[in-house]
Amino acid sequence: MPDNLITYRECIKQAIREALLGDERVFMMGEDVGRYGGAFAVSKNLLQEFGPERIMDTPLSEAGFVGAGIGAALGGMRPIVEIMTVNFSLLALDQIANNAATLLHMSGGQFNVPLVIRMSAGIGRQLAAQHSHSWEPLFAHLPGLRVLSAGTHEDARYMLAPALLDPDPVIIFEYTSLLNLENKLPENTGSIDISKAKVRREGKDISIITYGTGVYKSLEAATELAASGIDAEVVDLRILRPLDEETIIASVAETHRALIVEDASKSVSISSEVSARIMERCFYELDAPVKRLCGAEVPIPYPKHLEDAAVPQPAQIVSSIKNILQHA
Amino acid sequence: MLEYRMPSLGADMESGFLREWRVKPGDQIRKGDIIAEVETQKGIIEIEVFDEGTIGELLVKVDDKVPVGTLMATIIPAGEAVPVTAEKAPAAIGIPAAEVAAAEEHHIRASPLARRIASEKGIALSSIHGTGPDGAITRDDVEHAISARMAPEAKPELQKEPPTAPKEGISETKSAIPSAPVEVIPTKPTSAPGFSTETVRMAVAAAMSKSNREIPHYYLETRIDMCSALNWLSEANKQRPVRERLLPAVLLIKAVARALNDVPDLNAWWEDGLQRKASINVGYVVSLRTGGIMVPTIHDADSKSLDELMQALNDLIPRARALRLRSSELADSTITVTSLGEGGVETVYGVIYPPQVALVGFGGITEQPWAENGMLDVRPVLTATLAADHRASDGSTGSRFLTAIKNYLQQPDKL
Repeated sequence: MPDNLITYRECIKQAIREALLGDERVFMMGEDVGRYGGAFAVSKNLLQEFGPERIMDTPLSEAGFVGAGIGAALGGMRPIVEIMTVNFSLLALDQIANNAATLLHMSGGQFNVPLVIRMSAGIGRQLAAQHSHSWEPLFAHLPGLRVLSAGTHEDARYMLAPALLDPDPVIIFEYTSLLNLENKLPENTGSIDISKAKVRREGKDISIITYGTGVYKSLEAATELAASGIDAEVVDLRILRPLDEETIIASVAETHRALIVEDASKSVSISSEVSARIMERCFYELDAPVKRLCGAEVPIPYPKHLEDAAVPQPAQIVSSIKNILQHA
Repeated sequence: MLEYRMPSLGADMESGFLREWRVKPGDQIRKGDIIAEVETQKGIIEIEVFDEGTIGELLVKVDDKVPVGTLMATIIPAGEAVPVTAEKAPAAIGIPAAEVAAAEEHHIRASPLARRIASEKGIALSSIHGTGPDGAITRDDVEHAISARMAPEAKPELQKEPPTAPKEGISETKSAIPSAPVEVIPTKPTSAPGFSTETVRMAVAAAMSKSNREIPHYYLETRIDMCSALNWLSEANKQRPVRERLLPAVLLIKAVARALNDVPDLNAWWEDGLQRKASINVGYVVSLRTGGIMVPTIHDADSKSLDELMQALNDLIPRARALRLRSSELADSTITVTSLGEGGVETVYGVIYPPQVALVGFGGITEQPWAENGMLDVRPVLTATLAADHRASDGSTGSRFLTAIKNYLQQPDKL
């Protein structure tokens, strides 16, 4: 590996290590995070380095260990709770939605819950409908949570630190399909602002608004479009709740067209929300209807070709944009 | 029962907005009465009837967009019994055609941005071809439409009203829009309700583009000694009260009209071949102060006296500038005369107003050396230019016509 390339998995691991080293209140718990080194090998050797008090294997009980994480946070710790995949998070949804997200409100502002929950999402490794869904929209619906999506190596590496500094619960979505992907880390990123979306590529013809696995796919599509003389801007939402409306609107007001790309199925999704906000805020800037490329409305299938077909691919992004711009 | 339909007020007109009914059901009308005001790109036009009788029903509502040819009203011919049911309020009558037209305007596919820009620039969406998804009009389409319409303005040969003192000796050598004293186009429509200078600009642009696209122009030019004409005019004006004094323009119009009697091939329209016109109706180019031109018609100019022509100009020019002309005053011209005399320009190479086949351009009258009978003198000289349609006539015809104008101007007392 050339020394400036790093895998997405290693980015997450370094972020966790840095957090454990930097603040003794930080510990991590979850299924198989310790002895097994993490279901996706993200926390490999961390148990050996930090010991069982800070890298804790839990029983297969999402409601139990997320609840324990909430309690630890209330008690002054800074827990990182890993939920193996988003599918299992529903078992803990009562704790997340009814406790973590609401305690500050229900206590009249007395109790913050400084909890970080990491979970993997999305397709890519033929893990079928048990482990592959993109349910970011479910969590982005809940007031009281901050929901982050690490669609790039930069965010995988640098989102955790500001998330731990947040006094309220933060959900971080990581993506299984990106784990082995190598990329460069931008220099001098340091801490990132977890209230702001990020323009990953500037362009003037259309805004591709996306998050998660859509970011690299959109950048790939934008590079291909550039060869056809189409200058696409790629906006990485990064923060799915609360949405950074200003960055979205500023981009669309410049390009006058928008394509929203996400792996989640189309109905009642992040793209529904972004599309509606664009319409509310800058209808008179639009030169074409807002278009969306989303996941198919199906449980994620097992076969590789059907799995690929279930979510948007770069070629579709390219053809959709050529269609919008009438280059077809 | 007679039908009154939306008239065409020019080759480029597809529809107009009914702004006012001047009559109501049961009103007696005579030929030439004005029954309605219609707003077109050329402003508010008063619409005349050509029948005699009683207004039956008014079938179009005020502010409806009315395509050319739409049935607007029924007229009961003089002598027929008037049915009692004719007493209907126009506002209560909905006619499908009119409603469909209004709906069409509303349902033009256009992006919100395109709609906004078109509205800011005062451009009708119906005049723009959409190239976006499903044929929608996009920002690019609107901007192309704007730049296409601005293009003639941007050319360096554009004639402009000289800033202050007229410059002597300027001679236009390239073809330009007739009349062309056009100021820079305002980027915003004027505040006058229902009309913007840009719509006039666009009407001019459409007609002139069609002309340059379709008409093979040829140009002839002659210099005319205006000594006797001006002397005669000066004497004639001494006997007239100030308000009735004649301007050189009436001599020019009359000379053109008389010359057309001699050379009738130029008093014609080209529509599927040459169509000579019996009446000599001279369109006279009036420059608008806000930019753009109107070309009102002086009907039967050959049979009008110089005083009648002067009255016609005194009537038409202010109304043209106020954009209040009658339908017949916009559509009937058989030739166009443009005079840039006030501007200090010597020569005008005009663009024919289709479907006419000729345009006469007069420059300013300037003192110039004049050789005659072996002697050199200084005379007031006018350059007359003919732009003619080579499909309709040839150089020898045009030459006879210009020579005739020249000769008439040497005998002003006989005009």
